[in-house]
Amino acid sequence: MPKNNNAKQMNMIQAINSALDIKMSQDPDVLVFGEDVGYFGGVFRCTAGLQEKHGLHRCFDAPISEGGIVGTAVGMGAFGLRPVVEIQFADYIYPAFDQICSEAARLRYRSNGDFTAPITIRSPMGGGIHGGTSHSQSPEALFTHIAGIKTIIPSNPYDAKGLLLKAIEDNDPVVFFEPKRLYNGPFDGDLNKPVDSWANHELGQVPEGHYTIDFEKARMHKEGSELTILCYGTMVWVAEAAVRETGVSADIVDLRSLMPLDLETIVASVKKTGHCMILHEATRTSGFGAELSALVQEHCFYHLEKPIVRVTGWDTPYPHALEWEYFPGLERVSKSIIQMMEG
Amino acid sequence: MSSHKSSRKNISNLHVPEPLNRPGDTPDFSNLHMPDLVSDKTHTLPRPDPMVDAYETEELASGLVRVLTLDGRTKGPWDPKLDADTMRLGLRNMMLTRSVDKRMFTVQRQGKASFYMKSLGEEATAVATAMALKDTDMVFPSYRQQGLLLSRGYPLRDLMCQVLSNSGDKLEGKAIPICYSSREKAFYSIGASLGTQMSHAVGWAMGCAYKGTDGVSCAFTGEGATAEGDFHYALNFSSTYRAPAIINVVNNQWAISSFQGIAAGQSKTFAYRGLGFGLASLRIDGNDFLAVYAAIAWAAERARAGGGATVIEHFTYRKEGHSTSDDPSKYRAKEEPDAWPLGDPVDRLKEHLILIGEWDEERHAALEKELDAFVLKAYKEAESFGTLTTETGINPRTMFEKVYEEMPSHLKRQRQELGI
Ligand SMILES: Cc1ncc(C[n+]2csc(CCOP(=O)(O)OP(=O)(O)O)c2C)c(N)n1
Ligand SMILES: [Mg+2]
Repeated sequence: MPKNNNAKQMNMIQAINSALDIKMSQDPDVLVFGEDVGYFGGVFRCTAGLQEKHGLHRCFDAPISEGGIVGTAVGMGAFGLRPVVEIQFADYIYPAFDQICSEAARLRYRSNGDFTAPITIRSPMGGGIHGGTSHSQSPEALFTHIAGIKTIIPSNPYDAKGLLLKAIEDNDPVVFFEPKRLYNGPFDGDLNKPVDSWANHELGQVPEGHYTIDFEKARMHKEGSELTILCYGTMVWVAEAAVRETGVSADIVDLRSLMPLDLETIVASVKKTGHCMILHEATRTSGFGAELSALVQEHCFYHLEKPIVRVTGWDTPYPHALEWEYFPGLERVSKSIIQMMEG
Repeated sequence: MSSHKSSRKNISNLHVPEPLNRPGDTPDFSNLHMPDLVSDKTHTLPRPDPMVDAYETEELASGLVRVLTLDGRTKGPWDPKLDADTMRLGLRNMMLTRSVDKRMFTVQRQGKASFYMKSLGEEATAVATAMALKDTDMVFPSYRQQGLLLSRGYPLRDLMCQVLSNSGDKLEGKAIPICYSSREKAFYSIGASLGTQMSHAVGWAMGCAYKGTDGVSCAFTGEGATAEGDFHYALNFSSTYRAPAIINVVNNQWAISSFQGIAAGQSKTFAYRGLGFGLASLRIDGNDFLAVYAAIAWAAERARAGGGATVIEHFTYRKEGHSTSDDPSKYRAKEEPDAWPLGDPVDRLKEHLILIGEWDEERHAALEKELDAFVLKAYKEAESFGTLTTETGINPRTMFEKVYEEMPSHLKRQRQELGI
């Protein structure tokens, strides 16, 4: 992370807000809409103040129609605008699925570049807030499976801002998932610890001005020699705690850009350590971990000393009462690390 | 804004509708599409035969069907002429709903539940509906119709255990609070995705018609969620197949922070949307218990007799925040709830009963106390089954159950991995 003297302490909400504000100031064709994002500033406050500053017609409320929100964004994008839309929860992105998969993802290809959809779809994802089946899902693998869509998941304020600026400037449709449990501070899955804040963290020091982070570039969160942990979003912080707890020397690779994916960093790390563990909160079967596992097997087979291990959410809907039995938290990750390294 | 070109004439401008009142404003509802409430007009709207041609309901879809006047009398052809006992029961059910809401809201604030949603000010829409339907008519509620369950005699303890997500919860803590389900009470499982169950209601109604039962299905959506495609699917399918369904739009003026105009656009009423699909459509005073009762009874009669579906817009007001996660003072005028020109459903039915000599202030106060005590007693019992933040008492094994009818082997392996 580059040193920047104009850095300011921000949580992830403020970092996202700052990215939107900068882009709206720079480019009159950027506009923001979605459910409750206008006057109110969004249910998670990510768009707070944008309507007041940039005008009613540049940051406004949309009807409760995710298909309509993404569909009109595609049309605006084709016209030449650069809309950034919010889907209130990732769990509510499904009504927009057809527009994302059949339209946003296909427009460039089927028109052979004649029309494009330079749109950004922001949406809070993940669990940890007692949101149950309908406010906790991690549907990223549904999008990485669709050719033509980019899928980004930041794990901290610094990355969130740089990646969001990149997403808005990108000429392809980007699905930008924000792990909501990280909005206000890193979270390692240990409920007994006091809630942490980004104020205590260097990744909460965010430059006030414009900067971008390239896609297809993973971030080495921690470096080690015995184990590679591939993760993103909330699980980066669970991995860090588990590595601390178990004392294993591990590379924690924060993928942050799932599609396009930084295969080079992954392969270099696994070849170095010979052990690969994959973490995600999403259900296991056909999750993004399956893709990662296949890639590591294809590219690192002769370097692997142990079978690849996945620690993920169970293949059930996200339960409400049993949230912490579902969540692949510190205990499960630490136990898997010990089993893998000692077994 | 300097760049906004709204001052330019004869050119299209991006129009974004705004509500009448924001924080700091003095509430003013004079611009709402609402007929003059003081004159007789709203009470003289005709009550046509339930088998009337759908298009003949046009003035009912653009007007406002009312029975109770603002000074507590009944007036006009829609008066369902209920006896005093039925009205007292309606009052009781609404007050019970209100008391349960008050208790569970407090429980959430005490950190014992993750979430709760009140229906304050909208109780008539659910309670009068439940009372006008048969107990076997399937209802497809949104999350703000707890009054349906309570009017059908669902045990308070069961409802509260669901909110507490504890071992007494019939849904074993799988669903978030307020997403109740009770087939026994003909109350469909509430899913949190908005709009999705509208078409289920029509499918259910098509099932009733297919089997030749006299069942009716009765769906609810907020006005905000009418923007979802599912609402339009429901209207289309119910019109095509003449499904015996009642499609209720509870227009409580707000969808979290978005005022009703974001969903309505330039259209005058939500009821009017039904007409476009060829469905009988009514807009009614949703804070008028008798108007809701009469409209639902009319629509149910039409549906049972093969006349097809009816769209009913309940014109009401959401007096509280959207949910325990919401703070309405951030986006609407604080005094709006009290300034709502159609008053409060409990107060209005109470005043009517008092006016006709069937109720008085003492009995009202006593009933309020009785219900609060009844609710508190049920709550204490519910809490003995655990709370989300202490110990839910729910066996982790249940997490893997009911994903499928029979547990596939991969889930058995995952359960083992969890060590249970
Ligand atoms: C598909 C979907 N999108 C968004 C949401 C988030 N959400 C929950 S309630 C709500 C507002 C609904 O307003 P309205 O339909 O008017 O019902 P009310 O809350 O007023 O009863 C929103 C946007 C959701 N639950 N489902
Ligand atoms: Mg509403």
